[in-house]
Amino acid sequence: MTKKIGTGTYKFQTPVEVSAFSSIVGQKEKEGPLGKYFHKYSNDEYFKQDSFEKAESFMQKEVLNDVIQQEKISPQDIEFIFAGDLLNQCAGSNFSVRDTPVQFFGLYGACSTMAEGTILAAMTVDGGFANRAIALTSSHFCSAERQFRFPLEYGNQRTPTSQWTVTGSGCVMLSKENDANKPKIKDCCPGVVCDMGITDMNNMGAAMAPAAALTLKRYLDDTKTKPEDYDLIVTGDLGSQGKELLRILLKKDGITLGKEYDDCGTMIYDCEKQDVHAGGSGCGCSASVLTGYILPKMMQMRYKEVLFMTTGALMNPNTSLQGESIPGIAHLVHFSMN
Amino acid sequence: MKAEDYQNLSEKTAPKSPIMKDIILAFLIGGTICTVGQVLYSVYYDLLKFNVTDSKTYVSITLIFLSALLTGTGVYDKIAKYGGAGTLVPITGFANAMVSPALEFKTEGYVLGLGTKIFAIAGPVIVYGTTASVIYGIIYYIITKFI
Amino acid sequence: MDYIKAFIIGGLFCAVGQIFIDKTKLTPAKILVGYVVSGVILSAVGLYKPLAEFAGAGATVPLTGFGHTLAMSVKEAVDQHGLLGAFTGGLSGTAGGITAAIVFGTAVALIFRSHKK
Repeated sequence: MTKKIGTGTYKFQTPVEVSAFSSIVGQKEKEGPLGKYFHKYSNDEYFKQDSFEKAESFMQKEVLNDVIQQEKISPQDIEFIFAGDLLNQCAGSNFSVRDTPVQFFGLYGACSTMAEGTILAAMTVDGGFANRAIALTSSHFCSAERQFRFPLEYGNQRTPTSQWTVTGSGCVMLSKENDANKPKIKDCCPGVVCDMGITDMNNMGAAMAPAAALTLKRYLDDTKTKPEDYDLIVTGDLGSQGKELLRILLKKDGITLGKEYDDCGTMIYDCEKQDVHAGGSGCGCSASVLTGYILPKMMQMRYKEVLFMTTGALMNPNTSLQGESIPGIAHLVHFSMN
Repeated sequence: MKAEDYQNLSEKTAPKSPIMKDIILAFLIGGTICTVGQVLYSVYYDLLKFNVTDSKTYVSITLIFLSALLTGTGVYDKIAKYGGAGTLVPITGFANAMVSPALEFKTEGYVLGLGTKIFAIAGPVIVYGTTASVIYGIIYYIITKFI
Repeated sequence: MDYIKAFIIGGLFCAVGQIFIDKTKLTPAKILVGYVVSGVILSAVGLYKPLAEFAGAGATVPLTGFGHTLAMSVKEAVDQHGLLGAFTGGLSGTAGGITAAIVFGTAVALIFRSHKK
């Protein structure tokens, strides 16, 4: 086990290249601060399909095909797809890949799925099991809302800590190639499930922040680095309160997050103007911000060292009704241009 | 950090609902819906000369119809964002709770989607309202009959 | 005057509901159940009827009014039919509203489609 450092950070023998990536979002995300960066968007929340579930699979198919086309390869040249979403039985992903003849692993990591899939894809590439592997996730406001909360036309008032599920999808293709202009994945730190007893379904940020603090602390300890060593440390969807909680939790452990820290959930929307309360959430949130904004900015050398840590709240509506608390998880991937 | 301390910290750092503003909006919007009900009552009772019970039932039916229409056209949830309990507590909120899941789950079919989900939110209201009324009826029966 | 009374009393019912929304973790469905059951109880102990006579739609349009109608109808039915009335009264008295919600709900669901927010 030479690749393992410390408590559980894994260093790849040869950094794994991010060869191609693509993003797609809906109208509200297009209107947000990062709107101009996304590869594709649609102003139709149905994406010309006849249900929101089909719309979600459509988004995944779009980014998957885009990535394959960018690389000018055929699906046979890819070994694995690791994909996940928020729907029951991971349906969004199952249906998006059914026309693509590639070996498939369906994942459920709630909103942490993008880093989860990226870690697994990178491990299979570095382990010599694949020349190319894909990580793909999505979420759709309307399909998530009907599964986890209320029908769209139901008149309920959102609490200030609630988050807005991002309509979007992102896809990365990892490979063994070594192009100096492309971002590389150097190491990763898979998360541990962490539950501090938060039960409020409308406060996911608070449920996930302890898991994020745990993973980041483990990673920094394992690699003997400090937050300042990175140009950007970004969490998936902690939202405004979760961000604050993460800072407080890390401070107690002697780690101070500075200006380099941000959260995809608060980057993708203008929380005040767009009335999304604590910010964005969903697997599509971190996935679209990573593929639409962070990776392109790395290729322009705006960011060189990036810690991308997605966070997931691992409950379902039944466990919440049964009064269970919400376990959280956070997976971390280190992208680098050096 | 202990779980309990963390829950307190989370409670403390959580942004609070603007409660005064919410209450005032609920009062104004809820009051308005009830006033519409009173106007409808005047129409049915004074103008159309229905009796008291029938007029009240017509008021309910009319409000439910209006709420269903506003729900279908995507207006009700926009008012509810501001109205809060002002749109929840009146009978229009009950109608919205029936119409919105029916509308949403149509994609799962007319029988198992629309037909079953129509009671998903408002069902408990009928269940516990009816049960409470039966309990009251039995108690009332015993009191009037035997005491 | 009737309109002002309806506005104020109806508004107050909603303002109380808002306190439940903001200050407790009760879901909307639980609040509605609470209102209906409270309506039945308040009506049973004789408090709701005077309020309904005073405030008109201000007391009958909020869901407590639905509970009041349930209780009043049960009482009437028990007077007429004895114990059977306890079972037939409630839903007979509220049949108009429930049927309207089912029928209009179905009709609207057939015509419209969910909108984005």
